[in-house]
Amino acid sequence: MKLMRTIAGAGALIAVATASQAAMAAEDTIKVGVLHSLSGTMAISETTLKDTVLMMVDDLNKKGGLLGKKVEAVVVDPASNWPLFAEKARELLEKDKVAVVFGCWTSVSRKSVLPVFEQDNGLLFYPVQYEGEESSNNVFYTGAAPNQQAIPAVEYLMSKDGGEAKRWVLEGTDYVYPRTTNKILRAFLNSKGIADADILENYTPFGFSDWQTEVGKIKQFAAAGKKTAVVSTINGDANVPFYKELANQGIKASDIPVVAFSVGEEELAGIDTKNLVGHLAAWNYFESVKTPENDAFIKQWHAYVKNDKRTTNDPMEATYIGFKMWTQAVLQAGTTDVNAVRQALYGQKVKNLTGGEAVMNSNHHLSKPVMIGEIKPDGQFNVVWKTKSVIKADAWSPFIAEDKGKVADWTFPWACGNCTEPKFKAYQ
Amino acid sequence: MKALRLVLVLASILCIRPADAWAADAPSGDFESAVKALNGDSYDDKIAAIEALGALADGRAAPVLQAMLDGHLAALPDQSLVISENGAYRDALTGAILNDVKADDLSDITINNRVRGVLDGVLGQLSLKSPDPDARRKAAQAMADRRTPGAAEVLRAMLAGETDASVRSTVEAALGTLDLLSPDRSRRLAAIAILAGSSDPNVKGQLERLQDGEKDPELRKAADKAIASITFRLTLINVGANLFQGLSLGSVLLLAAIGLAITFGVMGVINMAHGEMIMLGAYTAYVVQEAFVAWLPPTVIGLYLVVAVPIAFLATGLVGIALERGLIRFLYGRPLETLLSTWGISLILQQVVRSIFGAPNKEVANPAWMTGGVDMTGGFTLTWNRLVIILFCLAVLGILAAVLRYSRFGLQMRAVAQNRPMAAAMGIRTGRVDALTFGLGSGIAGIAGVALSQIGNVSPNLGQGYIVDSFMVVVFGGVGSLWGTLLGATSLGVVNKLLEPYAGAMLGKILVLVFIILFIQKRPRGLFALKGRSIEG
Repeated sequence: MKLMRTIAGAGALIAVATASQAAMAAEDTIKVGVLHSLSGTMAISETTLKDTVLMMVDDLNKKGGLLGKKVEAVVVDPASNWPLFAEKARELLEKDKVAVVFGCWTSVSRKSVLPVFEQDNGLLFYPVQYEGEESSNNVFYTGAAPNQQAIPAVEYLMSKDGGEAKRWVLEGTDYVYPRTTNKILRAFLNSKGIADADILENYTPFGFSDWQTEVGKIKQFAAAGKKTAVVSTINGDANVPFYKELANQGIKASDIPVVAFSVGEEELAGIDTKNLVGHLAAWNYFESVKTPENDAFIKQWHAYVKNDKRTTNDPMEATYIGFKMWTQAVLQAGTTDVNAVRQALYGQKVKNLTGGEAVMNSNHHLSKPVMIGEIKPDGQFNVVWKTKSVIKADAWSPFIAEDKGKVADWTFPWACGNCTEPKFKAYQ
Repeated sequence: MKALRLVLVLASILCIRPADAWAADAPSGDFESAVKALNGDSYDDKIAAIEALGALADGRAAPVLQAMLDGHLAALPDQSLVISENGAYRDALTGAILNDVKADDLSDITINNRVRGVLDGVLGQLSLKSPDPDARRKAAQAMADRRTPGAAEVLRAMLAGETDASVRSTVEAALGTLDLLSPDRSRRLAAIAILAGSSDPNVKGQLERLQDGEKDPELRKAADKAIASITFRLTLINVGANLFQGLSLGSVLLLAAIGLAITFGVMGVINMAHGEMIMLGAYTAYVVQEAFVAWLPPTVIGLYLVVAVPIAFLATGLVGIALERGLIRFLYGRPLETLLSTWGISLILQQVVRSIFGAPNKEVANPAWMTGGVDMTGGFTLTWNRLVIILFCLAVLGILAAVLRYSRFGLQMRAVAQNRPMAAAMGIRTGRVDALTFGLGSGIAGIAGVALSQIGNVSPNLGQGYIVDSFMVVVFGGVGSLWGTLLGATSLGVVNKLLEPYAGAMLGKILVLVFIILFIQKRPRGLFALKGRSIEG
C-alpha cells in the first residue's frame, strides 16, 4: 500500500514537473508553425521550404531571438493530403498555439486551410506564385500574382527581343492554377488582338508522363507559319518528361520558346538542360542574380544544408521575405498578437535578394520585381529581361470579367478582400 | 619519360590545332571592330555585330560566333573578348592562349533567343561551302528560315554546283519557300510545283499564307492542289506517328506490368509495392550513373545504363525475396491483408528513399546514344529513347518467356502455380520457388525502373504513377498470361494514343478506363484466361 502511494506520489510529482516545464517553455518561446508536406507528391518542392524556415529561425535565434524570447519552429507533415492540411493547421493554431504559420504550396491546400485560419484568427504566410482571385485577412501572399509573372512573361514574348510571338499554346496541368491563369492570359491576349484561332489551350492530368502526342501537337500548331510560343503552367512531376520530350523532338528555343511558371532551379536539377538552352521561366527571383544579399543568402543556405550543390529558388525567396516581414512586424508591434502584427505588416519593407525592396500592400500581396530568365546549359537561368521597378500584385485580375470592381484592401475604409464598396462607407 | 613526352606532344597538338583557324587571315580592322561590337549594350547592337561578322566572310568569324552561341564568350574588364574552353582562355581576336585570366574578372556575353536565332542563321551561312553535306543542308535551311535578303540568289548559285542529291532536294525546297514570295509570277508557280511534293507542315502553312494574298486564279488553283496533296500525306504520316506513339506508350505500360504479371498474375499476390520496385530500379540506375561519373573515365559514361540493368535486377530481386520471405508468405490466401501490408511497405520504401536521397528529383541523364531522334517526314520525330525502350521491352519479354518455358525454374514455377500440393509431392520446394518467383517479378520491375528513368522523373513517387496502369494492363490482358499482358499493354497504348489527339489527354484516359470497366464486365478474366492458383483460390 505504501509502495503504491509512493509511486502515485512520484507520478504526480513528475506530472506537475512536466506541466510546469511546459508552461515555462510556452512562456519562454515564440512558436512558429511550419505546414509543408514532407512526404507524398509535394514533398519534392515543399521540403526545401521547411528547411528555409528552419534556417531563418536558426538565424533569428543566433541574433538573440525575438522580443527577448527564443523562437521555436513547430514542424508538422500534412503529407500532400489536402484535408490533412486543415487538420494540421488546426493542430498548430489550437494545440500548439503558434504565433504564425509558414506553409502550403498548392492552391488546393491553401483553400483547405483557409477556413481554419479565418475561424481561429491565425496568420499564414503563403510563399508560392498562384492564380490570384483571393485575399484573406488571415493570409499574406508573398509569391507572385498573375500580373507579376504570367502577364509580364507574355508581354516579353510579344516584344521584339522575345521574338514577337503571334500564336500561343497554353499548356497546363488540369487544376485550378493553370485554368485560372490561362483564363486571364486568354483575355489578355484577346485584348492585344490575338484571335482565339491563334490560341491553343491544352490540359493534361497531374503526373502526366507520355508527352509524345502533346509535343507533336505543339509542333503542328507552330507550323502555321506565325511565330509560336508556349506558355507552360505544367506543375510538378510532369515537367521532367515534358522537357525530355521537347529536347528529343528537337524543339529549339529559338524556334518555339517555352516559358514556364512552375519550373525553377530546383526542378531543373532533375533534368539534363543541355538541349533546353534558351527556354524560359518567369519568376521574381533567380539564383544566378548577383547581389550581395543573394550571395549571402546562398552561402547561408549551403552552410545550413551542408551541401554546396543545393540550389535556391523563387519560393525560397518568398519564404525569406515573408519571414523577415513577420519578424519586423513583431518587433514593431512589440507583440505576436495577430491583430497587432497584421497592422504592422502593411507597408513593411524587406530588401529583395535580387535588388530593390519588396513592400507589403494592404491587399496582403507584395510589390516585387519580375524577371525573365533563359535556361543555361548548367541548369541556371540567365536573366534576359527585368521590370524597371517593382510591380504591385493584383489580387483580382482586371482581365476577368467577373472580377470587375472587386477591391482587396484591408485598411480603412475598405477593410475587405472581396468587396465592390467599402465596409465603412457610412463613416467616411 | 615516355609519358611526359606523350603529354607534351598532346599539349602541343591541342595548342596548335584551334589556332590554325586564326592563322588563315591577318587581323583586319573590320573584323576587330565587329568582334568588339559583339559585346554591345543591347541585343540589337549584338545582332548588328553578328550580321556584320557574317558579311565579312572571314574564316576567323565562325569559332567566335560558335563560342558566343555556346555561352563561352566573355569580356575582360578592358573590354577585350576571350573564349573559354575547358578552363583555358584564348583571345577572341588572335586566338592566342591567355594564361593570366581569372574567372572572376570575366563578364559573360549574354544572348537571348533572338540573338541565338541570328547566330544559328549566320553560322549556317558560313558553312554553306562546308565539305560536310549535313552542314550544307542545315545552312540552306537556316538561310531560307531567316529570309536573309539575297538568300534566293545565293541558294540558286549553290544549287548549280551541288552534286549531293539530298542536299539538292533540301536546297530546292528551301529555294521554293523563298520563291513563294518572289514578285515574279513564273517563279511563284514553279515554287508551288516543287513544294507540292513536300510533306512538311511548315510548307503547308506557307502555302496557305500565299493563298491569302494571291490574286492570280491559276496560282490559287495550283496552291490549292499542292495543299490538298500535302494534307493527304500529312494525315497518313499522322496516323503512322500515332501508331508509333501508341506502341511506345504500350511498351512503357508493358515494361511496368511484366513484373506484376508474375507477382500478381502467377502468384496471385496483390503487390501494391510493385511501383516501388520500379522506383528502386530507377534509383539503382542513378547510383550506377554516379559511380561511373566518380570512378570511370568520361568516355565510357554512355555504358552506365547497360551496366545498371543487371545490377537493378539483382538489387530489386533481393528486396523482393526479402519481402516475400519476411512478410508476404505469411499472408498467402488473405488478399485484403496482403493489399494493406504491401501498401504499407510501399510507403515505407518511399520514405526510406526520400530520407537517403532527398525529396528532389535526381537527374538520370540519357546517354548520348539515346538522346535526340531522327526527323522523319512530316514533322514527326522518331526519338531514340522511345525506340530503344520498345526494343528493350520486347527483349525482356522474350527472355522471360524463354525462362518460363525452357528452364527448370520456369517449369517448377508453373507447376507450383497450377497445383501446389502436387508440386510439393513431386519434391519441389514450393517455399523456395515462391521466393524466387517473387524475386523474379520484382527484379523485372527493377529493370523496368532503369528504362523508365530515361523518359521520366526519378523521384520517390515514381512508382505511384505506374501502379494503377500496371494493374489495369494485367487485369485487362488476363491474369497469369504473359501474352495477354503483351497484347493488353500494346492495345491500351495504341487506343490511348489514337484517342488523345481528338479527345485530349484527360478525356482519352477516362474513355480508356470506361472501356476497361465495360470489358471486364463482359470478360472478367481478361483477354486471355489461364488456370492457376489465383483462380482456384
